[in-house]
Amino acid sequence: MKLSRISAIAAVAMTMPLAVVGEAAAQNEQFIPSLVYRTGAYAPNGIPFANGVNDYMAMLNDRDGGVNGVKIVLEECETGYATDRGVECYERLKGKGPTGAAAVSPLSTGITFALTEKAPADKIPLLTMGYGRSESADGSVFSWNFPLLGTYWSAADILIQHVAKKGSLKGKKIVLVYHDSPYGKEPIPVLQDHAKKHGYTFEPIPVTHPGVEQKAVWLKIRQGRPDYVFLWGWGVMNSTSIKEAAAVNYPRDKMYGVWWSGAEPDVLPAGDGAKGYNALALHPAGTVYEVHKDVFKHLYDKGKGMAKRDEVGHVLYNRGLINAMLTIEAIKTAQAKFGKKPMTGDQVRWGFENLNLTAAHIKALGFDGLVSPLKVSCADHEGARKARIQQWDGKQWVYTTEWIEADTKYLRPKMEAAAKAYAAEKKIEARNCAKQS
Amino acid sequence: MIYREAGQFKTTYRADQAVFPILQDRIAILLILAVAFIGVPALASDYLFLAILIPFLILSMAAIGLNILVGYCGQISLGTGGFMAVGAYAAYNIALRVPELNLLIVFLLAGGCAALVGVLFGIPSLRIKGFYLAVATLAAQFFLDWLFSRVGWFTNYTASGSVTAPQLKFFGYIVHAPTGKYLLCLCLVTVAAVVAKNLVRGRLGRSWMAIRDMDIAAEIIGIRPLQAKLSAFAVSSFFIGVSGALWAFVYLESWEPLAFDINRSFSLLFMVIIGGLGSILGCFLGAAFITIMPIFLNQVPAALGIPLSTATVSHLEFMIFGALIVFFLIVEPHGLARLWAIGKQKLRLWPFPH
Repeated sequence: MKLSRISAIAAVAMTMPLAVVGEAAAQNEQFIPSLVYRTGAYAPNGIPFANGVNDYMAMLNDRDGGVNGVKIVLEECETGYATDRGVECYERLKGKGPTGAAAVSPLSTGITFALTEKAPADKIPLLTMGYGRSESADGSVFSWNFPLLGTYWSAADILIQHVAKKGSLKGKKIVLVYHDSPYGKEPIPVLQDHAKKHGYTFEPIPVTHPGVEQKAVWLKIRQGRPDYVFLWGWGVMNSTSIKEAAAVNYPRDKMYGVWWSGAEPDVLPAGDGAKGYNALALHPAGTVYEVHKDVFKHLYDKGKGMAKRDEVGHVLYNRGLINAMLTIEAIKTAQAKFGKKPMTGDQVRWGFENLNLTAAHIKALGFDGLVSPLKVSCADHEGARKARIQQWDGKQWVYTTEWIEADTKYLRPKMEAAAKAYAAEKKIEARNCAKQS
Repeated sequence: MIYREAGQFKTTYRADQAVFPILQDRIAILLILAVAFIGVPALASDYLFLAILIPFLILSMAAIGLNILVGYCGQISLGTGGFMAVGAYAAYNIALRVPELNLLIVFLLAGGCAALVGVLFGIPSLRIKGFYLAVATLAAQFFLDWLFSRVGWFTNYTASGSVTAPQLKFFGYIVHAPTGKYLLCLCLVTVAAVVAKNLVRGRLGRSWMAIRDMDIAAEIIGIRPLQAKLSAFAVSSFFIGVSGALWAFVYLESWEPLAFDINRSFSLLFMVIIGGLGSILGCFLGAAFITIMPIFLNQVPAALGIPLSTATVSHLEFMIFGALIVFFLIVEPHGLARLWAIGKQKLRLWPFPH
């Protein structure tokens, strides 16, 4: 009796969400899905990024009433960094709002790979800022992927350029400690190729997800004493690596992280042990930029911000802001062509492809100093491929170099070859970029 | 009142041994099949197909495979994720190297590869039992994980270790629409369920169950443990392999070894335990519970209009889901299928309990 009542209630509750999913949305809204992970092993890094994205959109709604009068509706979906849940989230959110999802930022290389297969059919662009498939920078094959600001191949090239400047790499030894997933494996071909060119020995050492068990890896490094260790980690793996490096007394200033291994949650848990650790930086941390003033004024002063006030301006929070800004600018570019109304994914794709952020434009947006100018085109979906090296001084990240640009002449043919192989395997016909407007 | 078998006389052994001896059950199953094959494709949305039904069906098939091994033959396995990976990578490699082959054959061959690997890792089961066997099959999981992420040949030397499935092409027709993918999975799962149900009713299934209930007694009455155990591993791994190929080709389309990690093995084992060991229906119930329930719980607050942060929602999801598992295991340790069987028994007498 009791059980049957419970099951009856359960049955009623069961049908409800499915019924409400199809709820009609207001017409003048731009729907943007946000795939986040606020739980699990990658939460320390996922949370600030998600907060940044959320705050920028909320700030625009408060300050400008949205984007060109179209209200922004952001909906989060928790993926937990798992590919199957990410696909579920994408399917859940792709059709929402009057025009469907404007663009998707998966924030996971694994989910990016899965969505690369699905997004073209749904006509939704993928913004993979600083991650994703490296060869997707070739827009003639990967029409729907936008790895803006830099790919992992660019990152690997920049790191090698930097360490090569410190002295010849001939006979040196470089170890890559990487997250054992497509994310961590992406830089390997470039680092291997450089090894031949520069004459260093290269050894990649994988770390199994989630990366809290690294004792064996660092013992190996202590024995091998490599000249440099590159770190391609994410989530708790980063802080664990730095802690283990300190434990085996490997010099932290010989360690270089990719830009996903260079945020506060990566170094803070290691305490003093993180001092001297280097990482690539796509942009600085801090709250001295114009956009933060607006974020404080429109959100935090009203008690509406997503993050804690003192977490605003952390590296990944700022990256979230930039990610949101790039999405919005693509929508604005599309609106300039198609009219000031909610854009479809197809139109936003055009917006991304014709995105041209000049220095003046960036200044007007309040991102002066945070983003360097970038110009996307049909052939080049990366837009810009520059980073600086930053060092953790125990309290904050300090820049130690000027901007280093990845060597396009070297990387471009590799990218094109990889993209061509993908196109052949998937039987995609590459677009002729000379004919694209 | 409705569910009563009075008056249904069985005059042949054949009728008595039918899969569904009761008329009402036959009608119900036909209705379910009609809804699944005709009703659902006509009504369901893309989201329902791609995010709920397709993963549910594929994992049901994997659960059927695992249930044959764990539920019917009593051999605990934690290598399911690994065997799914064998199916996925075998299908990828066969489709890549012999592109003219029909995909259905590719899936079957992938199942065959998984069956071979399953038999190989099933050999220790002849000497070790219970928890020790579980640990031994863990070795399969880790070894296969390692194999597919380290040996470049399996991934066609892709730089990132992630591979993409080719187009789903059957007899010159490209399956692209969600409905088509759903029907493809549904057909294969239906066939798998029918085959499994009949296998476990036959000589082979009875020898598995004899081994499960007491292997020494089974040996004394003339059942060969070697054949019984290894055939269970083979059949089980075959289904798991096909489901792995489907998971990769139809659901994910692009995958990495992480898609088949140890968590996949655990969640499949939970499906089988919660659904009901030794029950084909239980596989479907368990798969529905483990795959759909978290997604459902995740959407309840938003659907009810309760403003909760994303983090709170997913914490709640974990807590309620965990509590539900405990609840069902306390209410009915033999699984959801057993609950259903009890319900049917009660229904026979209802509304007159005497």
